[in-house]
Amino acid sequence: MNKIQQAFIKGKAFIPYITGGDPDMETTEKLIYALAEAGADIIEIGIPFSDPIAEGPVIEAASARALEAGCTTDKLFELVSRVSSRVDIPLLFMTYYNPVFVYGLSRFTDMCSQVGIDGLIVPDLPFEEREELLKPCQSCGLELISLIAPTSVERINNIASNSSGFLYCVSSLGVTGVRTSLHDYAANMISQVKEVSDIPCAVGFGISTPQQAKEIATFADGVIVGSAIVSIIEEHGRDSISPVSSYVSTMVEAMRT
Amino acid sequence: MENGRFGIYGGQYIPETLMSAIRELALSYERWRRDPDFIEELDSLLKNYAGRPSLLYFAEKMTNDLGGGKVYLKREDLNHTGSHKINNVLGQALLAQRMGKTRLIAETGAGQHGVATATAAALLGMDCEVFMGEEDMERQALNVYRMRLMGAIVTSVTSGTKTLKDAVNATMREWAGRMDDTHYCLGSVMGPHPFPTMVRDFQAVIGKEIKEQLLSMENKLPNAIIACVGGGSNAIGSFYEFIDDSSVALIGCEAAGKGADTEENAATITNGSVGVFHGMKSYFCQDEFGQIAPVYSISAGLDYPGIGPEHAMLFDNGRVRYEAITDDEAVDAFEYLSRTEGIIPAIESAHALAYAMEYVPSLEKDQIVVITLSGRGDKDVAAIARYKGVMLSE
Repeated sequence: MNKIQQAFIKGKAFIPYITGGDPDMETTEKLIYALAEAGADIIEIGIPFSDPIAEGPVIEAASARALEAGCTTDKLFELVSRVSSRVDIPLLFMTYYNPVFVYGLSRFTDMCSQVGIDGLIVPDLPFEEREELLKPCQSCGLELISLIAPTSVERINNIASNSSGFLYCVSSLGVTGVRTSLHDYAANMISQVKEVSDIPCAVGFGISTPQQAKEIATFADGVIVGSAIVSIIEEHGRDSISPVSSYVSTMVEAMRT
Repeated sequence: MENGRFGIYGGQYIPETLMSAIRELALSYERWRRDPDFIEELDSLLKNYAGRPSLLYFAEKMTNDLGGGKVYLKREDLNHTGSHKINNVLGQALLAQRMGKTRLIAETGAGQHGVATATAAALLGMDCEVFMGEEDMERQALNVYRMRLMGAIVTSVTSGTKTLKDAVNATMREWAGRMDDTHYCLGSVMGPHPFPTMVRDFQAVIGKEIKEQLLSMENKLPNAIIACVGGGSNAIGSFYEFIDDSSVALIGCEAAGKGADTEENAATITNGSVGVFHGMKSYFCQDEFGQIAPVYSISAGLDYPGIGPEHAMLFDNGRVRYEAITDDEAVDAFEYLSRTEGIIPAIESAHALAYAMEYVPSLEKDQIVVITLSGRGDKDVAAIARYKGVMLSE
């Protein structure tokens, strides 16, 4: 059993997302330690992309800030190589396909496994196109996480049966961002998945409050929170470690009680 | 063709949320493209509404002035709405109706595709929202007003470079959130499958007409066809009929902005490398880490950091040659055609004319060049005046 699967055995997993290099590399490093300390079970680190078409305005702005501050793929590899030995939990890279493709697929996946990345989430690489990245991932033990959405319907069975690590269940239509009410889509999707596979299901997109996290955790194996955390980083910049930490603690507590 | 591949290019690199919409579109297009009623309705609109066939005009003064080959202009500027964009939009709007969609959304750069989409929506009684970069809305204020006049909502895109690429991002995001009643009427031979194929098919009427018209006028094929390339729809539309006619040179003209060797250009084939963006694998202007470059051209319609995947293949296999044309050269050609033939071309099309002005003198008298005049230049007059240091007030 790999590190990612283990993260779901202990109970409901809390999976925070931060954009690497926002507002700077030093703060990102501190945030990773703080997230782990506050109870995160897996951390998603975004490699910023110039045109993140699956993101809402909050994460799009974070990507722009990170790139403006000079963040690059290589600098994030360096950062992860420092932090991965100091945190026990799995670390994932979330990025768009172009930065991976242009870096060179095998070169990218080799670097990931060298520095201690456990898996990749590539939101613009749908199941049907993933083959060319899947092979280099598998050859160095990286999980390529699949996504399903409320519109996946008849494709869910196939995706669920052929994925590993966990399934990233997109809770609603549209792009990432904080939403006040959540759809029933997620619960339906997950029950469909569970008919064909025992792969853990983590729900993301639009989750921001402890109440939402608690609700989602009643039927999902994990909760992914991005924009709500990135908003705190946007507001507090370099001083965001403490507010992010207390927010994450509250979310984790809500899920587990 | 599997998943809309052109060699290694093309594909469907889009978020999972959009996969069902794009698959539904691909299936619907396959179903309707051969349907006799669909074809008849589209042909009828192209003829009676858009004004097809467009003229193939022998530019005698230009021919005499340049000395060399004979110059013909394919007059897509004379179509209703003033550009080739209407060919594709009417096809997609009729398809969207058959799919039960009641709303069209579109990106636009120069505003020509947005105007065409707003036009089709007005005609067919559909809702319409057009996403346009803030910078382009300033450059093309007249087209913004035209769209609004026809009932479309024009939404300003303020992210990124505030131009065409960002308008595409915004339209994809909008579609990801609302696909039940909404069709994304993409304006060029780019994006995920089936768009590059479908848009090419709807634009292929340009090349079919060129062949038919030239055979009846000259009883032979042209020696060369020249068209401007942003995403590349008027170029593919002009070239497609001639791909297998190896005697016909096919030449695409991309925007070199202030020079292909400067920081400010949009010359994707000249400077780009292979990547995956906006749903497709193709050539893109980008840095070593795959960040998409902030491109520049005087022409809002060519100010795009990528090129359609079929062009990428045609470049690799050598069937089409690509030339980079600077702002200065395009503006010269814009003025030249206005002065010489009394035809004001779109600044996009002026990129094709600029290359022709260099190329035609090298040809023999009996050789023929067809230049696709993809649009008319009324929209550009104020911007070109500014470029020349003339301030206009209306």
